[in-house]
Amino acid sequence: MGADILDIVASVPFWVAVLRIATPLVFGTLGVLLCERAGVLNLGIEGIMVMGAFTGWLAVYQGAGLWTGVVIAALAGAGLGLMHAILTVALSLSQHVSGLGVTLFGTSLASYAYRVTLPQVTTPPTIEPFKPMAWLGIPLLDAQTPLTLLALVSVPALAYLLNRTPAGLAVRMVGENPGAAEGQGIDVIAVRMTTVVAGSALMGVGGAFLTLSAFNAFFFNMVNGRGWICVALVVFASWRPGKALGGAILFAAFDALQLRLQQASGAKLPYQIYLMLPYALSILALVIMARRAAYPQALMKPYRKGER
Amino acid sequence: MQIAAPFAAVAFTLVVCSLLVAWAGVPVGGAYWKLLEGAAGSGFALSETLTRATPLILTGLAVAVAFRAKLYNIGAEGQLYVGALAAVAVSNLSLPLPPFAMFALMMLAAMAAGALLLLGPALLKTRFHVDEVVTTLLLNFIALLFVSMLLDGPMKDPGALGWPQSVAIPPELELPRLAERSRVHSGLIIALVLAALVWIVGRFTAFGFEMRAVGANARAAAFAGMPVRAVVVKTALLSGALAGLAGCIEVAGRAGYVTLDMSPGYGYSGIVIAMLAQLNPIAVVAAAVFVAGILVGADSMSRAIAVPTYIADVIVAASLISMLVATTFARYRVRWR
Repeated sequence: MGADILDIVASVPFWVAVLRIATPLVFGTLGVLLCERAGVLNLGIEGIMVMGAFTGWLAVYQGAGLWTGVVIAALAGAGLGLMHAILTVALSLSQHVSGLGVTLFGTSLASYAYRVTLPQVTTPPTIEPFKPMAWLGIPLLDAQTPLTLLALVSVPALAYLLNRTPAGLAVRMVGENPGAAEGQGIDVIAVRMTTVVAGSALMGVGGAFLTLSAFNAFFFNMVNGRGWICVALVVFASWRPGKALGGAILFAAFDALQLRLQQASGAKLPYQIYLMLPYALSILALVIMARRAAYPQALMKPYRKGER
Repeated sequence: MQIAAPFAAVAFTLVVCSLLVAWAGVPVGGAYWKLLEGAAGSGFALSETLTRATPLILTGLAVAVAFRAKLYNIGAEGQLYVGALAAVAVSNLSLPLPPFAMFALMMLAAMAAGALLLLGPALLKTRFHVDEVVTTLLLNFIALLFVSMLLDGPMKDPGALGWPQSVAIPPELELPRLAERSRVHSGLIIALVLAALVWIVGRFTAFGFEMRAVGANARAAAFAGMPVRAVVVKTALLSGALAGLAGCIEVAGRAGYVTLDMSPGYGYSGIVIAMLAQLNPIAVVAAAVFVAGILVGADSMSRAIAVPTYIADVIVAASLISMLVATTFARYRVRWR
C-alpha cells in the first residue's frame, strides 16, 4: 500500500490531475474568500457554480467562443451574486438562509433552462472544450488548459488586490469593522455589494471550468458539493489567498490519490468509502482550523447605517 | 402584515415564474391551471398531494425547530436517508415482539439514526465553534454515499434487478392506507400529531422557551442561567429525530424499501417550508401541503404540456427568496432618502 502511494505521488500524470481537480476549487475558494473578507458568507456558491457551468456551456454550444462562454458564466455568477448581495447587504437578511435560497434557485433554474432549451436530448450534447497549452513548454502546466493558468494567476492577483491596494483595504475594513470604515468615508453597503458580485463572478468561472475544460458537456449533478467544499477550504486557508491555493491543491491531491488507490486496490473497500473521503476531509479541516480561525470580525453581521 | 407575507411572496413568485413558463412556449394561464388541476383537481390528485406532503411536514418541522434555536440544520436530507435505512434494518430483525412493539422500535431506530447524524455537527458547533451549515451540508453527501454502500452490500435486496434497492420492510409493519385507491397513508396522521406536539412543546414547556431564548439571544439566555450548549444539543436531537422519522414514515408508508432516489430533496424543501411557515409548527403543515401541491402539480403538468417538471423546484426556491424579502417588508417600512 505504502509503495503504491509513493509510485502514484511521484508520477507526472498524478500532478497533472491534481492541478485539474484543484482549478474549480481555486476559483470557488477565492470567490468565497473575497465575499467573506467583506463580511458576507456566500452559501449561494453551489448554485452559482451550477449556473456558471450551464450558461458557459450553453453559450459555447450555441456557437459562441470559449472565452465568451467564460465571460457569460462570470456574468451569470455576478447576477446571482447581485441577488445575494441585495438580500444580505441591502436588506440585511440572514446570510445563511439567503445563500441557500440562491443555491436552490440557481440549481433549479439551470435544470429548467437546460430542459427548455434542449427538450429532446437523451445523451448530453458535447462541445469542443479548451485544449491543453502544449505550446507553453512548462512541465505540468503544458498539460493544463488556459483556465487553470488563469486560476493560478488569480491567486497572487487577488492577494495583491486585497493587501496592497486601497480597494482591498476598503474590502478588509468593511469585513472587520464596518463602523470604522463608514467613519473613513467608505460606503459600506456599496463596497460589500460590489465585492459579493465580484466574488460570485469568480465562482461562476469555477463552474464554467467544469463544462468548458474538465468535461465537454453539462450534467445535472456535476458540481456535486464542490461549492460547499470551497466554503470549508476558506476556513482552512485562514482567509488568505496563498493558503487557499495550498489548501485546494492539498485537497485535490487527496482526491486524485483516492481515485488512483480505488483503481489500484482492486475494490478491496467499497468505492463509496473513497468517495466519502473528500467530504470527510473537509469536515476534518474545519475542525482542525476552527480553534485558531481568525474570522473576519464582521462576518455574518449585517451592517445598518447609524445602528450601534 | 405578518400573515399576509407568505401569500404576497407566493403570488409574486408565481408572477415571476410565469415568465419562465412563457419562455417554454406555452400559455401561462393554461399551464398554471394544469398545475392546479394536477395538485387538487380531483380526489386522486389531492390524495397524491397529501401523500407527498407527509414527509415534507416532518422535514419542515425538523428545520423549523432547529432554526428557531438558530441551529442551521441543512442536513435533513441525510438524516431522512439514515432514518429510512435504520427503519428497514430494524424491521427485518426477527425479534419475538408483537407488530406494534416492532413498529415503535422501528420508529425509534429511525429517530435515533437521524438524531445521531445531527449530534456530531451540534457538538462541533457547541465545543469547537465549527459552523454547522457546512458540516451538515457535507454530511448529506457522506450519508447518501453510506446508504449507497449498504444498498450495494449488506442491505441489498437480492431479488432486485438493476438499480440498487434495500430489502423491503415486512408487510405487517407497513403503514395502513387511509383511503381506497390512493396512496395516502396513516403517516399523515403521525405527521399532523407531531406538528401539534412540536407546537405545544415550543409554546408551553420550559424547553420550548429555552429554545426560543437561545435562538433570540444566546448571550442573554446564558446570563439568565440557561445551559445554552445543552439546549442547542437537545434541539439538534429533536430536529434530527424528526428528519429521521420522515425517512421511516416514507419507507413504511409509501415505498416499502430504500432507494437512492427515495427523496427528491425533501430535506432541502423542508428549509423552504419552515421559512414559508415563519418557523411556526402549525403553519408548517399548510406550507408543506402547498409545496407538495406544487411538486405534484408540476409533475402532472409536465406530462400534459411542454413545461419541464423542474419548474416546481424553481417555484419552490423562488418562494423562499420572495418570502425572505416579504418578511423584511412586513417588519420594516422602506424609506427612501
